[in-house]
Amino acid sequence: MTDGVPQVTWAPSELELARRQHRRKASGRSVLIAIVSTILFVGVIALVLINTPGWESVKATFFDLSVAKESLPAVLQGLWLNIRVLFFATIGVAVLGTGLAVIRSLRGPVWFPLRALATIYTDLFRGVPVLIVLFLVGFGIPALEIFPRLPAGVWGGIAITLCYSAYVAEVLRAGMEAVHPSQRIAARSLGLTHAETLRVVVIPQGLRKVIPPLMNDFVSMQKDVGLISVLGAVDAVRAAQIEVAQSFNFTPYVVAALLFVALSFPVIRVTDHISARMARREQSGGTV
Amino acid sequence: MSVLKLNNVWKRFGDVEVLKGVDLTLEEHDVVVLIGASGSGKSTLLRTINLIEQVDDGQVILSGDDITDPRTDVDKARARIGVVFQQFNLFPHMKVIDNVTLAARRVHKWPAAKARAKGVALLEKFGLGDKVDEYSDRLSGGQQQRVAIVRAIMTDPELLLLDEITSALDPMLVGEVLDLVRDLKEGGSTMLIATHEMSFARTVADRIVFMHGGRILETGTPEQIFSAPERPETQEFLARIMHR
Ligand SMILES: Nc1ncnc2c1ncn2[C@@H]1O[C@H](COP(=O)(O)OP(=O)(O)OP(=O)(O)O)[C@@H](O)[C@H]1O
Ligand SMILES: [Mg+2]
Repeated sequence: MTDGVPQVTWAPSELELARRQHRRKASGRSVLIAIVSTILFVGVIALVLINTPGWESVKATFFDLSVAKESLPAVLQGLWLNIRVLFFATIGVAVLGTGLAVIRSLRGPVWFPLRALATIYTDLFRGVPVLIVLFLVGFGIPALEIFPRLPAGVWGGIAITLCYSAYVAEVLRAGMEAVHPSQRIAARSLGLTHAETLRVVVIPQGLRKVIPPLMNDFVSMQKDVGLISVLGAVDAVRAAQIEVAQSFNFTPYVVAALLFVALSFPVIRVTDHISARMARREQSGGTV
Repeated sequence: MSVLKLNNVWKRFGDVEVLKGVDLTLEEHDVVVLIGASGSGKSTLLRTINLIEQVDDGQVILSGDDITDPRTDVDKARARIGVVFQQFNLFPHMKVIDNVTLAARRVHKWPAAKARAKGVALLEKFGLGDKVDEYSDRLSGGQQQRVAIVRAIMTDPELLLLDEITSALDPMLVGEVLDLVRDLKEGGSTMLIATHEMSFARTVADRIVFMHGGRILETGTPEQIFSAPERPETQEFLARIMHR
């Protein structure tokens, strides 16, 4: 194909090398500026805080290191329950949320009742506060006495699943609708059925578009599993509460808060990373 | 038996009649080119053949099977027809090879190895051998359109429908796509093509069909239509398009 075209090898020119060096220096400088300004910023806030009149008593009741150490094992054990609930709730939300999204995207009069049901469901569960759903599910359903006695964590997980499925379904549906109709036509023209078209063409593309908001919902769910404590499940929040009652010191709450932050931190960073990568990929195709 | 037979096909959108009783027959290896002004119903005709639009009256008969009969399996019928659109419509989340082999694997249930082998062979034949594992949105417009054509011919459809496949392309890239279509004609494909490229129409067509206001006004060999059109509408259309 390249017959007759002389092969050219490329080595960066003097000009390009100078430009690169300038960019390197400039980026080194900006890192330095960022570090210095951060230290200054944190320093000022700390100074102000320490000089407030009530600081000593706040420090003693919220940031007592020995209380923190003592309460850590109990709170950690509680967090393990949160993590298990989160695990099963995530699976539940993925299944139920996708199901709802697919049902809401079905066309044709046959599906009207199902579609209406799914719409009512998502409207309802996005409107009701999570806490109320927790109470209704956690205290109401067991009172029916048709299910065997289950631990409070199970009911809590079910309630969280019910709430978050509604949110996730809407996000997924928005993603599916953002896939251009010509993609469906192209798939159907190849002879793919409606279901295959959804599974192979629409859902994968729709999902990609909504990964950041989905991850955001996941982060939000990570902290909302702490609400199952209102049902009496001994999770991290409830464990902290027990410790607080024993030590007359609020430090265990701070411990629990830090643990929840630590739990969500990796996901938050991964979300940022994925969003940035998607933005780059989108841009590389065309103009900026 | 004719590959395609349209009997008195009608189509309306709301109260606009877009197709008004179209009759057309394609025998095996026929290459028929639809020409006509914008809005004359060329795309709509192709879409009704592919069952993307439902006809309001008349029949579309594919190799003897009436595919407008409500009892036909629409998916099976579509799988027998290859379609290429103006806007390529490749699946951007899939690699080139997966785009090309999707229907073979999913609809025609070929084993993956067989599908891949044929897909790679076709891509190589049309100068896309180095793009097999590239994501389809990383290709140039001309490359994307050639992949779309390979996707359409992958399972040897009985009929190929091409709707203005070069009008979204840079003039520089039009040639490579049209050359591919000429190769397909050499290979004996039966094709129904809508285009505004008159020089292409002249060289590739066995028959030219002139559409006007949802009707076929005139049919003939390229020589007849381009040198001695009979209808005044055809003359006017050709005069306008030649002097652009
Ligand atoms: N889905 C639709 N709803 C309503 N009207 C439509 C629809 N699709 C096409 N039409 C109308 O039908 C007529 C024929 O359109 P069609 O796309 O078939 O023309 P065409 O010959 O392919 O034109 P072009 O050369 O511009 O592609 C136009 O008047 C168009 O506005
Ligand atoms: Mg058109």
